[in-house]
Amino acid sequence: MLKNVSRALLREGRKVYKHKLHSKPNFTKNNYDVVRGNYNYVEEEHLNYFRSLLGESRIFTDLSDLEKYNVDWNRYLRGASQIVLKPKTTEEVSKILTFCNHHRLAVSPQGGHTGMVGGATPVFDEVIISTELMNEIISLDEKAGILTCLAGCVLQNLDEYLAERNLIFPLDLGAKGSCQIGGNVSTNAGGLRVLKYGNLHGNVLGLEAVQANGVVLDFLTCHKKDNTGYHLKHLFIGSEGTLGVVTKVAVQCKLRPKSLHVAFLGLQSFDKVLQTFYKAKQDMDEILTAFEVIDAPSMDLVTSKLELESPIGDYPFYVLIETTGSNEEHDEEKVNQFLESCLKKHHILNGTVTGEISKARGIWQLREKIPEAFKYDGYVFMYDISLPLDHYYKLVDDMREYMGDKSHRVYGFGHIGDGNIHLQISVKEFSPEMKSFIEPYIFHQTKKYNGSISAEHGMGFLKAKYLHMMKTPETINLMKNVKQMMDPNGILNPYKVLV
Amino acid sequence: MARVLVGVKRVIDYAVKIRVKPDKTGVVTDGVKHSMNPFDEIAVEEAVRMKEKKLASEIIAVSCGPTQAQDVIRTALAMGVDKGIHVEVSGAEYETLQPIHVSKILAKLTEKEKADMIIVGKQAIDDDSNQTAQMTAAALDWPQATFASKIENGDKEITVTREVDGGLETIKCKLPAVISADLRLNEPRYATLPNIMKAKKKPITKMTPKDLGVDVSPRITVVSVEDPPVRQAGAILPDVDALVGKLKEGGHI
Repeated sequence: MLKNVSRALLREGRKVYKHKLHSKPNFTKNNYDVVRGNYNYVEEEHLNYFRSLLGESRIFTDLSDLEKYNVDWNRYLRGASQIVLKPKTTEEVSKILTFCNHHRLAVSPQGGHTGMVGGATPVFDEVIISTELMNEIISLDEKAGILTCLAGCVLQNLDEYLAERNLIFPLDLGAKGSCQIGGNVSTNAGGLRVLKYGNLHGNVLGLEAVQANGVVLDFLTCHKKDNTGYHLKHLFIGSEGTLGVVTKVAVQCKLRPKSLHVAFLGLQSFDKVLQTFYKAKQDMDEILTAFEVIDAPSMDLVTSKLELESPIGDYPFYVLIETTGSNEEHDEEKVNQFLESCLKKHHILNGTVTGEISKARGIWQLREKIPEAFKYDGYVFMYDISLPLDHYYKLVDDMREYMGDKSHRVYGFGHIGDGNIHLQISVKEFSPEMKSFIEPYIFHQTKKYNGSISAEHGMGFLKAKYLHMMKTPETINLMKNVKQMMDPNGILNPYKVLV
Repeated sequence: MARVLVGVKRVIDYAVKIRVKPDKTGVVTDGVKHSMNPFDEIAVEEAVRMKEKKLASEIIAVSCGPTQAQDVIRTALAMGVDKGIHVEVSGAEYETLQPIHVSKILAKLTEKEKADMIIVGKQAIDDDSNQTAQMTAAALDWPQATFASKIENGDKEITVTREVDGGLETIKCKLPAVISADLRLNEPRYATLPNIMKAKKKPITKMTPKDLGVDVSPRITVVSVEDPPVRQAGAILPDVDALVGKLKEGGHI
């Protein structure tokens, strides 16, 4: 009997994840030492205004509807917002902010809500402005490769739209199925293609943002070169919604590469990882798109909790290499020569390589799904750190020793190509004592190695109080002045970044 | 120990979005990523496991198609297959190549190679024909065990669990036999680098259907290939009354 097992089913995959019921996280305001700012509470008259502006269907006030907007992706933080607003246009965002600014109502702008540091999660009762209905693509200049869209477009949808037109979005990350471009820009999200395409400061050619007082700022003149006056659009890239709400984005998109190769390698030590990285740069820098490292405890986590499998057996370290280029044969030859010489030089112990998309995706799962496995491993303290390559893994070793038997898993994985490691410490459950045991120690260590305590996740709520470790008092002062000037009432995303 | 023949077809990778050619004669294949038919991969994996358990002595992978068909044979060789046979069929001839032709080719090669077991994927994900295993069994007058989700090898017979409507059916069948692999039979491995390198030295014999005395002249003509109809967008209605109104309007209640 013929079952209709076609492409769709294969795409779904064979695995069904074990779903676990989670208890709700405690309110952030109870778990953390934080005081509500001097803002007004949302009253009936405010609600009436929002209803007249957006209608009933684009306002959520029911607590069960609000849950997904109040609880962060990792289920560590829980805001107490009473209302979600879903504007569709810049004008609506402008009217909402004008009103909130006038009535001193704090707001929490929110995109796909996939952030790792609580930047999009309300802390108290901030009004949530969700961009999820602002999901229209405005235009695509196919020749120049410039895509202009509203802030709520989901990254994966944009990339699929571009793929049909032979273009590629310069940003790719594990949360691509949910994260929205407005949030990506506001957090200067890094992800998996930074090595090849650079970060969003380079790729965002233009944007539109709404200031706290409702004034719309148009920076949509999409020139690759435009040195006329201050480069103010960059204030909105990476300021995590504290200076304005990004409503439109224009992004530079390159031609989609024709050839793709993904290799997955097993290595004996971190030194070998570095040797392999330098060799990869020498042999095929022009096609190298990603160079990712995964340590053994990370691999154990993702394979044991999500029923995935290492295709090559167990090793102390794993490396995932992706190359993309314009000529299948040339690329294949380069990749194969590189791999053969790595084997010969004993940089690597084993590995696999594929030019097939479906297999390449299968391999990528092992790397991309690691964060998904966190929730099955107790409470996970997460750190997103930049380090000089010589110290890249030293911090993990340090922390493992420091934690001793207080943690059942200290592990690291990340983008070697960008000097960015994701370091996690799993403990049985959250406690403020544990947190203060780990922090700020880990940040001092990071600083000792000349690292950054937030590479691509931002400061959000969770890291904000450590800003002083990374920035001089003079710099922070200027940041405060900018904030004061652009948002004098401090209504935009309070308790985040600058505290 | 059995000599196993596996069929491997080169198809458009399942992760690729299929596009119909503007003239509706087929789908766009130029510049599109191809890979081994996933069900054939399962067939290869099963054969390799048999060899690892010393239940099979030699595995031969066969692919019918243009020059690029050798890519999937290489993949099979890297997974652990011993040798490959590429039956070259290209151009217009390949476009009308049907399971009837492929099964005749497989039957001839089986006799030539003295194989006593054939494993193929239950269907290819491009034409979804699901005929090759059955027709090959007929051409050889061998028993067939299709949609296998489990194979247990005995001395002169095999026990095969088949996925059928509403459950599983277990059958015994005498060797030699033709088996078709279903999705849950196993999970194919990734070829490791040392094996990929070794595979480069394994032999691939090239021949044509003519060499085997198989006539591949078309039995069918493709009239038209069309995209599936686009699903109409839904609408959100404000309340139950509006829903009832719409249903009445559409003559549903």
